[in-house]
This record gives sequence, structure tokens and C-alpha cells, in this order.
Amino acid sequence: MSAHVAPKSLYYTIFAALMVGTVLTVVVAFFDLGFLNNVVMLGIASVKALLVILFFMHVRWSTRLTWVVVASGFFFLMILFTFTMMDYLTRGWLVGTLR
Amino acid sequence: MEAPALNYLNNGHGAASWLLTKDHKRIALLYLASITAFFALGGFFAMMIRLELLTPAGDVTSPEMYNRMFTMHGVVMVFFFLIPSIPAVLGNFLIPIMIGAKDLAFPRINLLSWYIYVLGGLFTLVAALSGGVDTGWTFYTPYSTAAANSHVITAAVGIFITGFSSILTGLNFIVTIHRMRAPGMTWFRLPLFVWAHYATSLIMILGTPVIAITILMVAAERALHLGIFDPALGGDPVLFQHLFWFYSHPAVYIMILPAMGVISEVVQAFSRKNIFGYSFIAFSSLAIAVIGFLVWGHHLFVAGQSTYAGLVFSVLSFMVAVPSAIKVFNWTATIYKGSVSLDSPMLYAFGFLGLFTIGGLTGLFLGAMGLDIHVHDTYFVVAHFHYIMVGGAIMGYLGGLHYWWPKISGRLYSEPWAKLSAVIVFVGFNLTFFPQFIAGYIGMPRRYHVYPPEFQVLNVLSSAGASVLAVGYVLPLIYLTYSIFAGAKSPADPWGAKGLEWEIPSPPPTENFGITPIVTHGTHQYAPRIEKKEVGVV
Amino acid sequence: MSDGHTPSEHYPGPVHGVPVHAEPGYAGLSGQVHGHVPHHPKLQHHFDDMDQQVEASTLGMWVFLVTEIMFFGGLFMAYLVYRSAQPDAFQEASAHLSIFWGGLNTAVLIFSSLTMALAVRAAQTSLPPKVQVGWIVATMFLGSVFLGVKVIEYSDKFRESIVPGPYFNAAMWTHPTGVEMFYSLYFIMTGLHALHMIIGIALMAVIAWMAWRRQFDSSYYTPVEVSGLYWHFVDIVWIFLFPLLYLIGRHYGEGH
Repeated sequence: MSAHVAPKSLYYTIFAALMVGTVLTVVVAFFDLGFLNNVVMLGIASVKALLVILFFMHVRWSTRLTWVVVASGFFFLMILFTFTMMDYLTRGWLVGTLR
Repeated sequence: MEAPALNYLNNGHGAASWLLTKDHKRIALLYLASITAFFALGGFFAMMIRLELLTPAGDVTSPEMYNRMFTMHGVVMVFFFLIPSIPAVLGNFLIPIMIGAKDLAFPRINLLSWYIYVLGGLFTLVAALSGGVDTGWTFYTPYSTAAANSHVITAAVGIFITGFSSILTGLNFIVTIHRMRAPGMTWFRLPLFVWAHYATSLIMILGTPVIAITILMVAAERALHLGIFDPALGGDPVLFQHLFWFYSHPAVYIMILPAMGVISEVVQAFSRKNIFGYSFIAFSSLAIAVIGFLVWGHHLFVAGQSTYAGLVFSVLSFMVAVPSAIKVFNWTATIYKGSVSLDSPMLYAFGFLGLFTIGGLTGLFLGAMGLDIHVHDTYFVVAHFHYIMVGGAIMGYLGGLHYWWPKISGRLYSEPWAKLSAVIVFVGFNLTFFPQFIAGYIGMPRRYHVYPPEFQVLNVLSSAGASVLAVGYVLPLIYLTYSIFAGAKSPADPWGAKGLEWEIPSPPPTENFGITPIVTHGTHQYAPRIEKKEVGVV
Repeated sequence: MSDGHTPSEHYPGPVHGVPVHAEPGYAGLSGQVHGHVPHHPKLQHHFDDMDQQVEASTLGMWVFLVTEIMFFGGLFMAYLVYRSAQPDAFQEASAHLSIFWGGLNTAVLIFSSLTMALAVRAAQTSLPPKVQVGWIVATMFLGSVFLGVKVIEYSDKFRESIVPGPYFNAAMWTHPTGVEMFYSLYFIMTGLHALHMIIGIALMAVIAWMAWRRQFDSSYYTPVEVSGLYWHFVDIVWIFLFPLLYLIGRHYGEGH
């Protein structure tokens, strides 16, 4: 079989990057950046996920079909999120606040 | 060519050879048996509904029992009949053959999916026998989570489990169609039946998990007080509806796309003509699958969803009708100037064309938010979805079952009886459901066991139609079963149709093809009509 | 029907194509009983070759993971709705989760993804079974550590009555209903994740046993690869769960 064999050093590098990302996430959480807090945290989480997907899960060296399958999963998840939030954000009243 | 003595039906005897089979064809028959049983159960509940609605008063069942009747009818018919029907029976049987493969990609997972289906069905059966669920098949919160005192969790678990059967089937089909095609079987040489099932499988994969988690949340709220939808905790019952319909709307496309695949095949075979607009039909299947995920909010127009969201969902709902319409135009163009023979599968196809069109157009009525406000939760909606699901999907299922029956069983059924049944089904169906459009439009609400006397005539017509329809469904059960024992042996290609499945014996051998076929052209090559415009030359 | 056709038809004749492997006792259409091309012992016979089997298996696991994305996605959806509706309550609730345990668990899972990747690599490069099993067991161990920490966290919550339902101690909160909602989501999300973890560890036990029985080398390691995909996915879910549950509004400090 002609699968790509990644060097161990690559795995260690990714591992280090993931650990750094985790520490960064925790540290940033203690600073008040307003709404950017969420952006940064989700951004770092997304990068970490991407690293795991690309390198630990070998998608970097996989077929285009695999890429499409992975991407479509997240794409349809985004559809669920955005269309539902479209409802909640345009209701004009907050959900569930017992005021 | 005569069928060899050994085929998938007699290759191995005894219960174990069937219950532990890895042959996709045998698994298809396992599914056929179980979904027929569930169809009968769902039909029983339908009979109770129509019996009660014969008179304005509530004299057959108590109100609580009536709620359980329509709930169980919906649950059984949607989750245990319609969603599996064509994919699990015809899809399982035909897809490997149509692409030139020996089996699906994961035969053991295929068998597992049947066992999962049966397990889920048993849970639901237990729920039914213990008194049923009364929430409606839609399980809306907060009734289902807080107030209902029926067997919600048992039924929910049954549906949850069966959802995995659907997921595994879709997974199997996707991998099979991508990776198991015979040499030369390019995407655009695939039968449209395969395209339809590919699109269906996409929906199964992407949508079913969402209803699974939603059911889990309902069960968690009921059992563990984890109140995700509980207004007392700031929860929103409408969130349940969003999550529920995110799956359940695409689910209706799971029900109809395979039927459309059947119609594409049947229409070609019985017009003796290649499909008009092959790529349009292929791409429209994908379009339906994708756009179908963008319209679920049209079930929430009056639920408390924002008007703005309603607007967006309404526009998208109009858009999703377009690929369906494209298919209808292309099927019609295929039949036009074809050499049409009115064999029973074609009768079902014609029925489908008319009834699906009506059902689809009334869907557009409902997609218009302004009109939906008036007919929401009336019999207009009930009639609409029965036109699609019964007039569309079930017609497609029966048409496909008849078309491929000689291949599956190796026997020919009685064509006169089949034609009669098709007509009875068509007449019975319209008598049952057309009056419901009228009843709903003039105001009769759905899920009511009593109604004002002015609706009685329409309800009596509907119940009468249901009896006729029942006859139309029982007849095939009889003559198809009879054909297994006493029908004439079928040749490989009884209809004179084109496709890989008609080139192997009826019934097929276990491994389908003795030798891997090498495909050199599209599978449907009906002889083109030759227009002779000679002048003076013989 | 298939005899006498030229190779350009669907049935090219007995010369081309892959002969069928007959089931015992079945003669097959062409009369062959048991003649077939030599192949890897792990090749399943509905596949043409190992490459096709590997590709199908990997694609199958990826499609399954897509269903898992949508499965967890429903919970993230609920979280999204309620956090945007009740940010203060969610903040208050999140502050009572321990960053130490959550952060430790995150590190543990990331580490386990490393050991998993190395386990796959060990099989892929035909390293001795001992080495393969070693990495797999390390992964299992780290997964168990994760679960142990979850037990600690859960029992802390039970002790303090921070559990939704009849025993919820509303008095200790400024926003009791929103906090109860947060913890409903917390328990369902982390509970479901933990269940996937348990399944993953069980899966790894099976893989470890197979590796111990010398079944994996560079010509066949698909089960390890495919189980690895599942394991990494469970890690990715936690990568998102950790900041979303543990790190809401920490900059306000405790007691805001």
C-alpha cells in the first residue's frame, strides 16, 4: 500500500503546537478583549482541530474525496447554526429571559 | 437464457443462512418482510383513524386513545416504513448490480443495519402495545418532555435506534457508489436510480444524527430533568422544533428521492426511450438533497419563529420545488413520442406523475407564509403530505417492486391483477385524500377526533376511499406471494429493458456477476427512434 | 446471453476481468470452483484488491465521523442559542468549573492523540507488535485518565448540588435558571463525550489484542488507522468543548 508515512518529528511538532494552543487559550481567557475573546478562543480551537485533522488524521495526504467529505460535515453544521440563529437573532426579544 | 439452478435464493438453506447472510439481495428480502409487517401495523392505525372520523362525534375511541392512534400511525409509517422502504429493499438489492459490483462495500454492516432496524421496531412495538404515545409523531415539547404520560421514552428509543439503521444504509451506499463501480462505470453512465440513492444517502448521513441527538435530549429531559427545552430554565420549545425539522424536512426527501429514481427507470423502460435530460435529472437529485436542508423553517411559520426567518425559509421552499419540477418535465418529455406500454409498473409511474405534481404544488401553497397561516394544522396539510408520501413515494415503491419483482423472485406475477390493483390504488387514494384538501381549506383541523357536522360528507368520502385503498394494497400482497410459488419462471429480461440488472439471470446468482463487467457505454441505450424521411427511396 | 459477445459489450468473455471466488460448494457461472488470484489473507472477497478495501474502509469511517459531527452539532446548537440568550448566567456557571481539571484533560487528550498517531505509524511501518501494543495501551491509559478526571469533576458537582433537576441548589446562584440550563448542557455534552471515550477505549482494547496477535504490518493496518480516526475525532470534540464550557468570561474573575 502506498500510504504516506509521516516522520515522527512531524507528530511531535503538531503535539507541541496543540499544547501551546491550549495554554494560549487559557491565558487569553483571563484578558478582557470584549467579543474578541470568543473569536480568539474559537479561532485557536479551530486551528487545533485543523491540525489534528490534517496531520494526525492524515487528511493532508488523503484523496480529494476525503477533503470534501470532511468539509461537507462542517458545512452542513454551519447551515444548522446560521439558519437557526437567524431566527433567534431576528426575534426582537431575548429567548427565555424571565424578565 | 435460463436461470442456473443455483441462485441467491437457493444458495444455502435454513434460518441461519438467511439471518446471518452477507448477501445484499437476501438482506433486501429481510427488509421487505419487516417493512411489510410495519406497513400493516401503520395501516391498522390508519384504519382506526378513518373509522373514528366517519362520524362527527367521538364514538370509536376516547380522545386520548385517538391521539395515540394518529401518533403511532405517523411514527410507524414514517420511520419504519417510508424511510427504509425503497432504499433498504430495492436499493440494497439493485445498487451493487447496477454498478457492476459483487456486493455493497460493507456487507456485514448491511446486515447489522437490518438487525438495528428490527431492534428499534421492537421498542416501538412495545411502546405501541403498552398503550402507545400520544404526542403526535412530531414529539413537540414541552408536551413530550413534561406533560405527556404515555410511553414517550420507549418510542423515542425505538426511533433513535432505527435512525442508526438509516445512517448505516446511507454510509454503505455512499462508499459503495464511490468506490465499488465496475471498470468503465463512470458517474454519468450510472442509472438514475443510483444517482437518486446517492442523493438520498447524503441526506441520511447529514440529517439523521440531528434527530437522534434531539430525541436524546427529549429523553434526557424526561428521565434526568436535564431541561434543555424547559421554559422554566429559559429553554425554548421552538428550539426542539428547529432541531426536529432540520432532519424531518430533509427526511421527506429521503422518502421521495428513491421513488423518483424508480420512476426514472420505469419511465425509460416502458417508453422504450432514453431518459430526456439525464444530467438534469442527476443534478436535480443532488440539488433537492442540498436545498432540502435549507427549508425546514417552513414548519415553524406559526410556531413563534421570527417573521424574517419565515421569509427566508419561504423563499428557499419555493426554490426547492424547482429541481422536482425539472424532473417532472424531463419524465414527461421522455414519455412524449415514446413507445409506451401500459404495464403495471408504468401505471404506477403515471399515477406518481399526477399525484406527485399535485402534492408538490400544494406544498408551494403551504410554503407561502401568508397562506400557510390559514391552513396550518388543518387537513390541507395532511392531504398535501399524503399526496407526496402515498401518491408519490408509495406509488414509486409499488411500481419499483413490480418492475423488479421478476428479477428479485425469478417469477412473473399476474399482470391483469397487477393492473387492477394499480387502478384500485389510484382511485382509492384520490377518494381518500382529495376530500381532505377541501376539508382542510374550509377549516377542519388535523389531529381532532371530533368535528362539526358540516365536515362529515368529506370525511365519509375519505374513509370510503381508505377502504378502497386498503384493498389495493392487500391485492399485491396476495398475487406477488402467489407468484413465488406458482408464477411462471421469469427470463433474465422480461420487460425488454436495458441495464446491468437485466443482463444477469432472474433470480441472480449470489455474487451477481460471474466476471466483473467492463462498461463501455451508458447503461440505458434504448434504440433511438429512427425517423424515416425518405423521398423516393425504399 | 454473455457468450459470444465481443469485448466491447458488457460481458467481455472469460478472458478479461477478475474471476469470482466461489463459495464452498458453489460452482459459479463459469464452472470454476476454487481458482482465484492469490491475495492478502485479510482481503474481503467483494473487493477487487487491498487498495480498494483500504479506501472503502477509510471513506466509510470518515462518513461515519460526519454523522458524529452532526450528532454533537445538535448539542452545540442548543449551547449557541442559550449562551447568546443568557450570557451572564452562562458566565456565572462556567466559573464554577475547574480550569485545572479541564485543562489537564485537554492536555491528556492531546497527548493521547499523539500516542494514537504513533500507534498507527508503528503498524504502518511494521514495527514489532510489542511496540504497536505499547502505543495503543498508552492511548488507552490516557483515555482512562481522562475518564478518571471526569469522575472527580462530576462527583464535585454532585456534592455541591450543582446538578439540574430536583436537587439543584438554586440559592447559591445569582442566575439560577440559566445556570441550571448551562449545567444541563454541560452534563449532556460531556456525558455523551465520555460515552464516546469509553467506546473508544473498548475499541482500542480490541485493536491492541489484534496487534498482539501480529495481525498488523505495512501491508495491512486498516483497523488501526480507522480506529485512530475515531479516537482523534473524540479528541477534536473535546478541543471545542473545553473553551466553550470552561472558559466563559474568565476575565471577570470569580464571583462576578
